[in-house]
Amino acid sequence: MSLILAVAKNRVLNLRRDRAAFVLAFVLPVAFFTIFAGIFAGAGRAATRQIALVVVDEDQSDASKRFVAGLKAEAGLSVGLKPGREDDPAGPLYTAAEAEHVVRKGDVSAALIIPKGFGEKAIAFGPGADRVALRLLADSADPIAPQVVNGLVQKVAMTSMPASLARTGMAEVDRWSGGLTPEQKTRMEAAIGEIDKPRGDGTAAPAPRGGGGLVAVETKDVVGEKKRNPTVTFYAAGLGVMFLLFSAAGAGGALIEEAESGTLDRILSTRASMTKLLLGKLLYLAGIGIAQLTLMFVWGAVLFGLELWNHIPGFLIMTVATALAASAFGLMLASVCRSRMQLVALSNLSILLMSALGGSLFPRFLMSERLQKIGLITLNAWALDGFQKIFWRDEPVWAIWPQVTVLVGLGVAFFLVARRLAERWEAA
Amino acid sequence: MPVSPLPLEIRDVSKSFADRRALDGVSLDLRPSEILGLLGPNGAGKTTLVRSVAGRVIPEKGTVRVLGFDATDDRARAVRGWVPQEIALYALLSPRENLWTFGRYQGLTGAALDRSIDESLAWVGLADRADDKTDKLSGGMKRRLNIAAGTVHGPKVLLLDEPTVGVDPQSRERIYAMIGELKRRGVSLLYTTHYMEEAERLCDRIAIIDHGRIIASGTKDELVRQTVGARQAVTIDAAAEIPAALAGKLAALGAQRDGLQVRVSVQDPAEAIRNLLELFHAERIPVRDLTLKTPTLEQVFLQLTGRELRE
Repeated sequence: MSLILAVAKNRVLNLRRDRAAFVLAFVLPVAFFTIFAGIFAGAGRAATRQIALVVVDEDQSDASKRFVAGLKAEAGLSVGLKPGREDDPAGPLYTAAEAEHVVRKGDVSAALIIPKGFGEKAIAFGPGADRVALRLLADSADPIAPQVVNGLVQKVAMTSMPASLARTGMAEVDRWSGGLTPEQKTRMEAAIGEIDKPRGDGTAAPAPRGGGGLVAVETKDVVGEKKRNPTVTFYAAGLGVMFLLFSAAGAGGALIEEAESGTLDRILSTRASMTKLLLGKLLYLAGIGIAQLTLMFVWGAVLFGLELWNHIPGFLIMTVATALAASAFGLMLASVCRSRMQLVALSNLSILLMSALGGSLFPRFLMSERLQKIGLITLNAWALDGFQKIFWRDEPVWAIWPQVTVLVGLGVAFFLVARRLAERWEAA
Repeated sequence: MPVSPLPLEIRDVSKSFADRRALDGVSLDLRPSEILGLLGPNGAGKTTLVRSVAGRVIPEKGTVRVLGFDATDDRARAVRGWVPQEIALYALLSPRENLWTFGRYQGLTGAALDRSIDESLAWVGLADRADDKTDKLSGGMKRRLNIAAGTVHGPKVLLLDEPTVGVDPQSRERIYAMIGELKRRGVSLLYTTHYMEEAERLCDRIAIIDHGRIIASGTKDELVRQTVGARQAVTIDAAAEIPAALAGKLAALGAQRDGLQVRVSVQDPAEAIRNLLELFHAERIPVRDLTLKTPTLEQVFLQLTGRELRE
């Protein structure tokens, strides 16, 4: 027993001296818990997600205007009516085509088109009833947004259009009860008129209990309607980029091993300079990265129907840019660290953090707007956005120039930092 | 007629790390096809000096020139080889792949590189293990490959930093043979070692460094003459008590007595031993043991630095 305790004590002594292992054991889990709790739990109400929704009111009736006002009052929605500034009274409103375009581009989660005649026949009881259906344009990459919008549309229909609801109810009673007398109809109209009067605070009446399915909503996938498997693109790119970073950091660690074994000293006494050495390593890491991403996407194409073959140019450009940035990042990490253990701790922490914030583990469009903005500091976010543009939104190759520019820029910046840090290994 | 530059010219080189002075005005020459041994206790400045010749340390003062080129110049890199003390090789690569790597880093390509690799493998006796993984080789084989990696490009000047550390006697002999062959090929070698007998056996000249300064240099005989002198030590162990009369005569010859043992420093050992033995014979004192010792490099080192080499 005393020997077992001695072995345990020996390990405790080792752990106290090994800072990297200590960080891995205690600091890393707490750091990750904090980060993931922040992302998945929203880190407080202020950070919870609002769904960006463009609304096109083609009806322009009193009922449709009240309905739009009700949607704007919903805390869960961020409603946009104009392509320009919302507070510009002279600014033009979105057309249905423009609304579809912004959904396709991924600028908003969904668009709601209120067609002409909606105010007249907005509400009906039961399926197949005569009513004008709203058109919800959605991006099936985000399966949650249309469901949430649909639910809120039903709620707002009840709260913002009580008169329509009552009139429809009266018509149903008239139809099925054998007919109301003219006097009954007059009294009911008077009562409905009272409901319809605007409330003092300008908001819709509180939602009655029950409901659902009052307003017909036709949902149309404007982005992924022809896609066979919407989540494959996300996972191929998301996991691909994350593992690219891990393998680049691991392979970059060869630099530390060379320094520890004396091989780096020997190399630097030859005609190979530090810049040539780092460029050679970058070339290797980028080559491995390109092979890894290619394998991932080919696998996705063969097994899950990912549409690789008709997106080859965009795929190649994004793959090269992403592999370059990830490789330079791996080299930079290796140049920062003094030992393999330090590299393991730092790369785990930074890559998992970047992957979480950048959307490799959890789609960014499901995060709060604040976290989505923070995510843009990671190369994962830019890489994923580029791959999504190519594979999901079928955008032309030139449309990925912002992502490619940022990734190449990050790659150059990481390499320059790595080169600067590597000066400590040069002749002194 | 222009004078061709020396393989290695070190002039007044100084280097400090933080508040420690590692080299303090070192000057040293390495001549063509010469093996110059660099001896010094730990921390004396040997490694800093070798690293400054390898272009890995930039002196604050002074110059290091390899065949006339500054040590950091690409032309110096091309004619210089460095065999570090560590086994600085890629353990997962084969000997052939390691030699390919360092040959390429030194600018060799194509058929010249292939030929050089084959010659190096044969030279270090690893032709039959050329494609095994390096970490599967024995310690002696790795040491030999370590030397080959520093010589694959055919350097004119070679820095060897303790190349026989941790090597069994058989492998050490093989390494000595390789070094002898390099010398015959015309390579000039700067050789650091902890083994005194190695320095005595291999080196044409020896420089002793301590506290960052070269405190003596020359051939072994020159060093001995400059320090402990050329005199040899005769020690006689008497088998019986030395009487006062004999003690007086021995003292007159400059002998020191310690109980039954008598020690005397002599210029001409043959004559001195005959005289001493006659004195013992005349007094009928039997001699149990007699030794004659020539001064060693170890004594030179001890006298100059006040420390054993391995301290």
